[in-house]
Amino acid sequence: MTLSIAGVAARPKSAPPVQARKFKLPLRWISPVALVLLWQLASSTGVLSPDKLASPVTVAQSAGELIADGQLGEAFAVSITRVLFGFLIGGVIGVVLGLASGLSRWGETLLDPPVQMLRTLPHLGLIPLFILWFGIGEEPKLALVAAGVAFPLYLNLHAGIRQTDPGLVEAARVLGYSRVERVVHVVLPSAVPQTLVGLRIALGTAWLSLIVGEQINADAGLGFLINNAREFLRTDVVVVGLVVYALLGLTTDALVRLLERRVLRWQKR
Amino acid sequence: MAKAVSVRGLHKAFGARTVLDGIDLEVEPGEFVALLGRSGCGKSTLLRILAGLDRDVEGTAQVPGTVSIAFQQPRLLPWRKVWKNISLGLHRPDGRAVALKALEEVRLTDHADAWPLTLSGGEAQRVSLARALVREPDVLLLDEPFGALDALTRLAMHHLVEDLWARHKPAVLLVTHDVDEALLLADRILVLDEGRIVATHHVDQPRPRRRASVVEQRVRVLADLGVEVEEAA
Repeated sequence: MTLSIAGVAARPKSAPPVQARKFKLPLRWISPVALVLLWQLASSTGVLSPDKLASPVTVAQSAGELIADGQLGEAFAVSITRVLFGFLIGGVIGVVLGLASGLSRWGETLLDPPVQMLRTLPHLGLIPLFILWFGIGEEPKLALVAAGVAFPLYLNLHAGIRQTDPGLVEAARVLGYSRVERVVHVVLPSAVPQTLVGLRIALGTAWLSLIVGEQINADAGLGFLINNAREFLRTDVVVVGLVVYALLGLTTDALVRLLERRVLRWQKR
Repeated sequence: MAKAVSVRGLHKAFGARTVLDGIDLEVEPGEFVALLGRSGCGKSTLLRILAGLDRDVEGTAQVPGTVSIAFQQPRLLPWRKVWKNISLGLHRPDGRAVALKALEEVRLTDHADAWPLTLSGGEAQRVSLARALVREPDVLLLDEPFGALDALTRLAMHHLVEDLWARHKPAVLLVTHDVDEALLLADRILVLDEGRIVATHHVDQPRPRRRASVVEQRVRVLADLGVEVEEAA
């Protein structure tokens, strides 16, 4: 960033940000830690009943038990498999359609209008139809995740391709690139940043779809673990499930960031 | 000997607006021609037609040999390394070696593996020149390639272009609105106004030229552009 006002520029550049960074992290942790302490205090004094919300210590203990007896690992494996396959299906659909409508005029004329209309549907509202079409097994869960992934990927890939700088395409033409080379070296790389934005949205939606999808008659997975716990008033297990969902979301987001840093290393930083 | 460029009765209109209004132009192989004029006089349009970027025209514009171009913006692919920017589209197995040799000519060998966005404006423009020249073009089109550079970098670029032209001898068509640039570099200056060539100046001074040696011609070229100056030599 080069925001500068007269006079400020004369100061040594490096000193203030370094200091700020040193103190920033611990300071930002004050309120979250305080909230957890407050939560524990409310539980210990009986203000917060375990039926409403278990204490942090109980949650931690339950997490330990669930890990130790393998329940959490099993549920985790089932859920992550659902997301993975749903994501693959939706990803292939989104990318194929996005490429077709981004790279060909006919593709855009035929594909873009229906996709743009369908995307205004909240895809979670499709659950009743999916249950009627696919039953209550794994299929509606995968379909829900796939639908959540396909749209953001399509929209951002399509937009990314359309945003290609015409000046670069022109230069490539005069310099003798073949059509395939123009697509591979000019059009697709310029769509990558926008597509990565789409990827991040798609992954976020994938987790959201999974959580909702796992409410449909699940007999395994994190959703099942949580629903089952609800029936026995085990708020501690519910919270453990929620924490795992959150950690999974954070992890995939970090993975995309890593991918971005790798793929977009040509960008000036 | 065949002409490097031959244009006859070229008309071009965007809607109701005529941009080129009957251009006749022949360029000899190895000749350095400057197209001079105000913004909107049609000089860039003419260059785009010669580059094959605009085929919706009346009249003929023939460029029998290979054409290459450098634009005002370097138009490098930011996601390909510098050397790759030069070798892409050449379809040669020894692409990197050829690119390195071209970079040597513009004195940027050290930056072969850099990302284009890390280059300065002048460096990027030199890569763009190297990319154009590595194609060994019969005709090199330069569309205000120094327009966005600072004055000092521009001077260095003038020398570089003169140098490269002397070594490779392509026919050059340089679009510019800088009278001094045209006088320093070109064999022939064509002044464009409202889509027509309104004046032609031959510059016979030996190279490298100094500003002092072209002062009188400068006054006449400026007069053709509608600028009256009285300059002491």
